[in-house]
Amino acid sequence: MTILVIAEHDNKVVAPATLNTVAAAAKVGGDIHVLVAGQGVGVVAEAAAKIAGVSKVLVADNAAYAHQLPENVAPLVAELGAGYSHILAAATSNGKNILPRVAAALDVDQISEIISVESADTFKRPIYAGNAIATVQSNAAVKVITVRATGFDPVASESGSAIIERITTVYDSGKSNFVDEELAKSDRPELTAAKIVVSGGRGMQNGDNFKHLYALADKLGAGVGASRAAVDAGFVPNDMQVGQTGKIVAPQLYIAVGISGAIQHLAGMKDSKIIVAINKDEEAPIFQVADYGLVGDLFDLVPELAQAL
Amino acid sequence: MKVLIAIKRVVDYNVKVRVKADNSGVDLANVKMALNPFCEIAVEEAVRLKEKGVATEIVVVSVGPTTAQEQLRTALALGADRAILVESAEDLTSLAVAKLLKAVVDKEQPQLVILGKQAIDSDNNQTGQMLAALSGYGQGTFASKVEISGNSVAVTREIDGGAQTVSLNLPAIVTTDLRLNEPRYASLPNIMKAKKKPLEVLTPEALGVSTASTNTTLKVEAPAARSAGIKVKSVAELVEKLKNEAKVI
Repeated sequence: MTILVIAEHDNKVVAPATLNTVAAAAKVGGDIHVLVAGQGVGVVAEAAAKIAGVSKVLVADNAAYAHQLPENVAPLVAELGAGYSHILAAATSNGKNILPRVAAALDVDQISEIISVESADTFKRPIYAGNAIATVQSNAAVKVITVRATGFDPVASESGSAIIERITTVYDSGKSNFVDEELAKSDRPELTAAKIVVSGGRGMQNGDNFKHLYALADKLGAGVGASRAAVDAGFVPNDMQVGQTGKIVAPQLYIAVGISGAIQHLAGMKDSKIIVAINKDEEAPIFQVADYGLVGDLFDLVPELAQAL
Repeated sequence: MKVLIAIKRVVDYNVKVRVKADNSGVDLANVKMALNPFCEIAVEEAVRLKEKGVATEIVVVSVGPTTAQEQLRTALALGADRAILVESAEDLTSLAVAKLLKAVVDKEQPQLVILGKQAIDSDNNQTGQMLAALSGYGQGTFASKVEISGNSVAVTREIDGGAQTVSLNLPAIVTTDLRLNEPRYASLPNIMKAKKKPLEVLTPEALGVSTASTNTTLKVEAPAARSAGIKVKSVAELVEKLKNEAKVI
């Protein structure tokens, strides 16, 4: 068995989610190859070659792959992947965008967001916003799978020595063009990889009040997240949203501030090791999953907590 | 131009589902069903395109059981012109649904197809992308803004680090994110009018599509329950517990 892992990167660095995906590939067992598709990705390829357990890195370096448009990248992955037993990608917005297109091109069903590998053809994945766990078996010749990063501990990024092979095939569909992108800038750790996450909900009342959470997060070296209510109310940008439709996190410590704990929010954070809830409503559903609950006004408690650390 | 919307009947998003005792699936008997929230946003977007004079006809399609007619009628009440039900009692995979939708796309020749980005039951997030691959169209997934100009559509997409805008040649496939729009409610007169709008029923056989799957669900279990925690009285007690009991800070 040989497994192809699609590297997640921004043309500069390999995203941490790739390390979790390689970990899932290692659980499947077999030779692991990594595909780096992009433009000017020499550094990314070298970094990918150092990932533990990877035996070969395939590099497709072309302007057509610069922004990893699925119309161009998916046919490449489908062509290369046809000879593999498994094709894996992280369940990031990029992986979710490209991989189903690959699966359809190969005429196989995809398995989305696996959280565990039971055997080479059997996997577990959450359904119904994480309220049920399905065990799914695939008899496809090529198993196409996206991996939920929080389900697998990352492999080492520095101990491997894979060979690098260039791929010259170029697909350029001409059907889509990149126009621009607007990325949120932050010095705090990336939400999905942070060890501690502090999240705010509707109870924060406005965007300005998030400064209390930022102060607390900075004391803890934490990432800052939000519930959908906080994003929809315009308090913070949507890439901070934690939940079924936002990001899935499983940090060591998750501090939910002014968040009631709707099913859709819990779907994104209930695998956190320790959950702390700060809420003035004693009946809020968040207290049913919180290891430590603190009932009271967040505007008193959050600054007090930041002070105490 | 003609816009095709694909919708799905799913369990209502507020329902806390229960896994069946025999682990064969989730118990949906007597549970409230509704239009998938992302599909509702897709319908709303199409109706807005019609109100702007961009879309001329909105066709809404669903692949599912006979009861999915309810959700198609809802979409008609929200402003779709006619409906197609591809009737199948089976629980189809995303690929099978994409193949059936491809057959409908071939028949209807829409310029734009809008789907939700994921169904809240299977949480697959696959169908739109698969339909785009099968029909050879460009895809604008997780859309928070859709702007049509001439022969192309500019789609602003929600990505992990922020937002990205791509331009796609028409015909194209768009899948909706929650932030694309705020769906309207159907008014009673519109619900009454929707009863008279045409609803065509097709079968996978009539469309010549095989719905065979490479995946089998072996079992469905309830997730591990979290044990109930404790309430602490003060910030000092919380910090002490986090440091010494949980050892996370």
